[in-house]
Amino acid sequence: MRRIALTVNGVRREAEVEPRLLLVYFLRESLGLTGTNVGCDTSSCGACTVLMDGKSVKSCTVLAVQADGAEITTIEGLASDGQLHPLQEAFRKHHGLQCGYCTPGMIMAGLGLIESGAGMGDEEVRLGLEGNLCRCTGYQNIVEAIQDAAGQMRQATPAGAQGGSE
Amino acid sequence: MTQVAESEAKRWVGGGVLRKEDPELLTGQGRYVDDIALPGMLWLAFVRSPVARADIASIDTAAAKELPGVRAVFTGQELAEEWAAAMPCAWPIADRTMPDEPSADARIPDHWPVAKDRVNFMGEIVAVVVADSREQAADAIEAVEVDYDELPVVTDMMEAITGSAPVIHDSLGTNKAYTWLLTNGDVDKVFAEAPVVVKERYYHPRLIPNAIEPRGVVVQPIPAQGEYTIWSATQIPHILKVLLALTLNISEGKVRVVAPDVGGGFGSKLNVYAEECVALAVARRLGVPVKWTEERSEGYLATIHGRDVIQDMEVAATEEGKTLGFRVKLYADFGAYMQLVTPGIPILGAWLYHGVYEGLAYSFEANGVFTNKTPTDAYRGAGRPEATYAVERVMDALARRVGKDPAEIREMNFIPPFDEAREVLCGLSFDSGNYHATLEKAKQLVGYDRLRSEQQANDGRRNGKLLGVGISTYIEMCGLAPSQILAAVKYGAGGWEAATIRCHPTGKVTVITGTSPHGQGHETTWSQITADALGVDPDDVDVLHGDTAVSALGMDSYGSRSASVGAEALYQAAEKIRAKARTIAAHELEVAEEDLEWKDGKFQVTGAPDRAKTIPEVAFSAWTAHALPAEVEPGLEATAVFDPPNFTFPSGAHICVVEVDPETGSTRIDKYVAVDDCGTVINPMIVDGQVMGGVAQGISEALYEEALYDENGTLLTGNMSTYRVPSAAELPGFTLDRESTPSTTNHLGIKGIGEAGTIASPPAVLNAVADALRYVGVEFIDLPASAERVWRAVQEAAGRAPAERVAEGGGTGAASMTPEEEGGTA
Repeated sequence: MRRIALTVNGVRREAEVEPRLLLVYFLRESLGLTGTNVGCDTSSCGACTVLMDGKSVKSCTVLAVQADGAEITTIEGLASDGQLHPLQEAFRKHHGLQCGYCTPGMIMAGLGLIESGAGMGDEEVRLGLEGNLCRCTGYQNIVEAIQDAAGQMRQATPAGAQGGSE
Repeated sequence: MTQVAESEAKRWVGGGVLRKEDPELLTGQGRYVDDIALPGMLWLAFVRSPVARADIASIDTAAAKELPGVRAVFTGQELAEEWAAAMPCAWPIADRTMPDEPSADARIPDHWPVAKDRVNFMGEIVAVVVADSREQAADAIEAVEVDYDELPVVTDMMEAITGSAPVIHDSLGTNKAYTWLLTNGDVDKVFAEAPVVVKERYYHPRLIPNAIEPRGVVVQPIPAQGEYTIWSATQIPHILKVLLALTLNISEGKVRVVAPDVGGGFGSKLNVYAEECVALAVARRLGVPVKWTEERSEGYLATIHGRDVIQDMEVAATEEGKTLGFRVKLYADFGAYMQLVTPGIPILGAWLYHGVYEGLAYSFEANGVFTNKTPTDAYRGAGRPEATYAVERVMDALARRVGKDPAEIREMNFIPPFDEAREVLCGLSFDSGNYHATLEKAKQLVGYDRLRSEQQANDGRRNGKLLGVGISTYIEMCGLAPSQILAAVKYGAGGWEAATIRCHPTGKVTVITGTSPHGQGHETTWSQITADALGVDPDDVDVLHGDTAVSALGMDSYGSRSASVGAEALYQAAEKIRAKARTIAAHELEVAEEDLEWKDGKFQVTGAPDRAKTIPEVAFSAWTAHALPAEVEPGLEATAVFDPPNFTFPSGAHICVVEVDPETGSTRIDKYVAVDDCGTVINPMIVDGQVMGGVAQGISEALYEEALYDENGTLLTGNMSTYRVPSAAELPGFTLDRESTPSTTNHLGIKGIGEAGTIASPPAVLNAVADALRYVGVEFIDLPASAERVWRAVQEAAGRAPAERVAEGGGTGAASMTPEEEGGTA
């Protein structure tokens, strides 16, 4: 067992974990944060995507011990005071979800993409989401939701707009 | 609730209402089966056969039982007494080689949840491990020693039904599950005398459904009562309850099935699975809660596959291309066993092989075949994508044969517009349709004539790529299903759907539906319908579903049935509510019932609209029961069960524009236009979402997906990195529009939209790819038009055809091609 300490959604967490424990199961089963889903066993689907130190990672491909000292944001950490995050709002407005299972990972991947300052053209967003699979929506509404939210978020915080195309 | 279209504020049906389901799903508060953890819960893991066919010589579980955390290991023999029956097949189709002839018994092999002495496909369960944790259970399955005596394997469905192939199920004596025939008209005569007959063979690949949520099940027993609650990632909690009760001999009243949030289904969760049976059996045996969560690669073997059908499709026509007859003979690879509705899948397409076209004669023959593979069953569209693919491809082949444009060949053969149910060539009655209107709109949207001109002007080239345009004017048979027709085709249940409306004294309304949504947004759309029907706000309506303890009656969600059958049941329940409310309102307003009119969402006295009663007001009166009219029971609640008089027949026109790179074989979709007619639209946002998702799945089927086995019955595409589920990067944007001819099968005019995109799109894409490849002399291309397949076809055509042939091709309907059937049946 190894002792780890990390920050999850702004809360400091310490735990004894098996070295083989994946971050996604640490989040889901040790912390009860079941919003992050598991959709495959080959790191193909991206349903388990979370932010680790601000970058999107597939939490099925990260060991819990690798997250020692890191700052993790999961889908549960986005809405605050009952207000949806602009990206969550955009997913709702653009009908970017149906069954909802890929949605937490898709939103975290989209957030990582927006915050990386990537361009927000159709092709750029689609390529940026390459690691996240959705079987329900056909992606178009997801792409539009991310573009819409990026516009709002970058307007709200111009500092985050570097590198983004209009 | 947010109403997008301000102008429709008073009428919720048809408005783009945002989904009620979303807030929890967007914040990680969705509750899927794998999110459930119960005190004392044990984990299951399954030992699965690594070979496709073998006798089980021995199983040694001793070492596994010694591992930390392992509580039990059970083999098939050790669980045998748990089963009152083998796993259920609800659609036992038997031979029917003469129309309407009473048939023999269906050939259904025994399929036990855990194999007793023989395995018949890679992945079949041979033992189950029960342990304290997920990891301990997973570790322990490695320690179970199984000796297999391998047997000859059958993987090719055509070889399976030749004399030399080993018979998979000794008790059946054959690998052919059935031959089933449907004809109308003098087929032989029409085909013998027709001046033009075009025949092609199509292979619809085996597909892996890939709902992004893997399957899972949790069972909580109350041993002293013999009661069981089963949470399952299922589309069919009601059907599952009945069949688990029968399979495990448990009183049905003691079984509760809950489908919590379910992460997509596409037919793959429309089943009774071995793991559900075993979880229930182990919970009963041990008296503790148990849980199993499917791993994705495990699911590739254990969850049903779809399609896998060879089709010999023929159309008979005049010299001008007027269609005279349609004839198909198909072979469907069912895999090793019959799952819940495996035998019925080809039959769901039996009436659709003339598409939206007229003719004089019709013949459909389906042959079901056993092989040593994962069973196939319903995958989005189920039987109808196969039919649509065959019809729409052969119509293009006919167009080429007679030198007509693919749009023209369709327009000259369409069933004319109709708004009352009318009998068509297959013998069924279509509910309504206007096939000209959808095609015309799609042509306008895509710029059809301009694209054809561009092809002609540039010899099919655009920026070094080959430009192709493909049409699919599809029809589907949805709204499953009229119970009497189901009886005629041997389905083991009815096709009705139920809804209950409960009007509370607080003014709130609870709707209980027998449908079981898994992404389709019924909580939203059912609220819209209820709001219109009862004059309440959608936010005051709560929709309950997916729990057999809450919703007693239901037939669940599949076959694009929920809105056309389930929402109609809701509408009829609302009618009952209004009828009772009218009686109470008239009594309270001291007028005759006939003097009340339902207007602006309330009962108004005719000529005195100020004197009115709303449904919430009446609900309160009905609850207090202080002054009800004589013989009126307290309470305002109604249940309706709707058995549809007919199917519904959504239709539409999809046009795909592709650019194919002849150097690499890769296809880029330049534009995809879908014009669908699903009758009345309850929520356009949700309908568009269904179309886009369906089209994406169909495009994926057309260009990427194919489950492959080797000759030993080993699944080669055994995980998500070897079986290609496309991401946003591989798929195009879509241009959508609609026509609406209301269905005549239900009051609301709804036809259904859940499967349309998947049914329509594969032939649109393949016709486009084939259209592009004509310019380099490729005569035939089939599913999936992967880069490799296209590249090979281009190379083969280049090797076979001289370069000048490429130059002389070009132009729509180039008549220089070899007859299509040679390309197809080679």
